[in-house]
Amino acid sequence: MIAAATPRAPGVDARLLVLTASAELTHAPRASLVDFLRAGDLVVANDAMTLPASLHGVYLATGAPIELRLAGLQAPAGGDLRKSIAVAFGAGDFRMRTEERPAPPPLCPGDRLAFGDLRARIVRKLGHPRLVSVAFDGSIEAMWQGLARHGRPIQYAHVPRPLPLWDAWTAIAAVPVAFEPPSAGFVIDWALLAALSRRGIAFATLTHAAGISSTGDAELDRRLPLDEAYRIPDATARAIASTRRLGGRIVAIGTTVVRALEHAARDRGEVACRGSFVRPGNGVANQRIGAATALRIVDAIVTGVHEPGSSHYNLLRAFADDEALRRAGVALAAHAYRSHEFGDSLLVERSRTRRCEAPTADTRFAA
Amino acid sequence: MAQRYKSAQATTQLPAAYRMRVAITGGTSGLGLALVREFKARGCVVAFVARDAQRVAEIAKQTAAYGITGDIARKEDIHPVAMQIAGLLGGLDVLVNNASSLGPRPLRYLGDTDCEELELALSTNLVGPFRLTKSLLGALAASAREGRGAVVLNVSSDAAINAYPGWGAYGASKAALHHLSRIWQEELAAQNVRFLSLDPGDMDTPLHALAVPDADPATLKRPADAARELADAIVAACRDLVTRPLQPEAPTDVAPAAA
Repeated sequence: MIAAATPRAPGVDARLLVLTASAELTHAPRASLVDFLRAGDLVVANDAMTLPASLHGVYLATGAPIELRLAGLQAPAGGDLRKSIAVAFGAGDFRMRTEERPAPPPLCPGDRLAFGDLRARIVRKLGHPRLVSVAFDGSIEAMWQGLARHGRPIQYAHVPRPLPLWDAWTAIAAVPVAFEPPSAGFVIDWALLAALSRRGIAFATLTHAAGISSTGDAELDRRLPLDEAYRIPDATARAIASTRRLGGRIVAIGTTVVRALEHAARDRGEVACRGSFVRPGNGVANQRIGAATALRIVDAIVTGVHEPGSSHYNLLRAFADDEALRRAGVALAAHAYRSHEFGDSLLVERSRTRRCEAPTADTRFAA
Repeated sequence: MAQRYKSAQATTQLPAAYRMRVAITGGTSGLGLALVREFKARGCVVAFVARDAQRVAEIAKQTAAYGITGDIARKEDIHPVAMQIAGLLGGLDVLVNNASSLGPRPLRYLGDTDCEELELALSTNLVGPFRLTKSLLGALAASAREGRGAVVLNVSSDAAINAYPGWGAYGASKAALHHLSRIWQEELAAQNVRFLSLDPGDMDTPLHALAVPDADPATLKRPADAARELADAIVAACRDLVTRPLQPEAPTDVAPAAA
């Protein structure tokens, strides 16, 4: 696998490795994704718009440089950004590997920070010297304007040029709540949506505040992904119920969609949501998905190419057994698939051998 | 579509408890300002965009709409503006591309128009609205999927249809915008995003005064009247989308579930 160093037009030359339910591997151009879907399937994507969540500024007490990477909200998706959770870095920027970045100044509650005309205060530390909750001064308009002026998309050293905001947005970006791009969604363009519609494949979205993927600190990285706020529209919950009743598959675009849907499936109230498989509305996904997870909703996932050991990779172990994933890894390496957020894609169907807790208990109440 | 617009009848009411989220470019003067006031009066959540920060702050205070400073003709401003719109409104149901540039002033024959003047008119009247619409298509389509309706109004002109000498830069850019609206309408019909291209008529606005300085204001339409008609058209289009089933619950080639 090679790290993809530049964004490019989706689907132009990107590739897709398909791991089927019977553990067969197929190589295809990503533009042919629709050929691996069936009439009656429902594709669910994350429509979160990526925030310019990296703020470079100064620690006002000493004038020392500091970078804050906003990493979470203390409110539901779409909540007030002025109260955020952030990871702090010292001098330098994305061109330096995060592991090599100097530590930020020691941060204490009440410390003041400035990012251009945007001012913030450390509220408290969250069990690690670099993980803090922050409160920004001023009105909500001032917060958005400050972020629009001074924020940059969070990025990493494998993409050497500064990323313009537009390259961090998927075609369907709708609500600015993601701290890093929900990058599996780069597979989607308007031609794909038209093709889905023509072939009787439904499309729905949820909004999931995708968090940061790496901090450069081993202890902090073990805490990733942080809790992530999400919102599932009523229309999406209805589409899932209708698809399941008719025997169609739920195809998730990205790990964030799996996280949100599986969380909302566990969390649904038996009485309040009769006939639905997932609870619509706001939630906070705080579970980890891995080999031990029995998926309740999602039948297949389209995702980027990630290294074994990462939380993204672990999530795939809920879909396929380790031997199949190992063979997929060998195929990705042998055919030089490109990894990271602007790389190639993987479609993994849930293996026939994987347990699935079919949520059938209350379908008889289906409207 | 760009013919003089006649006010829509009857279907101008939206379901109660529905607060339409509206963004308007060029919101600090003329038709744009009238639209901000009109939508605020109808109980919508409104954000507007304009270039002059001080003027934006004044109008925001006056109208209690969200004011965003940015220049639609500048590529670098578009995504920050789009993010502020989607962030402040929590999504978007209606986008009004109203900000317009007249081109060279006083009006000049095409042969006397500098290429840069034509480019500037195209940036403001065509490429800017294209970029802003594209950056907010995701928000609009999400709104359509949720059954809220999604409408883009591109403010057009009779100069988009008729060849008026001296109106080359403006007319050509508005003609292109009109055609862009039509193609977008075709491409996004399946997503239930609706595009309108409407001519508000000759109004008593700063832009009209620049074009025709000696026009008698008494012969011109009041921007507030034009804003009311355009808002009626938008609400009617929105209502049409809101009441229509969004996407078939059952895909077309699968037998529908028994009720």
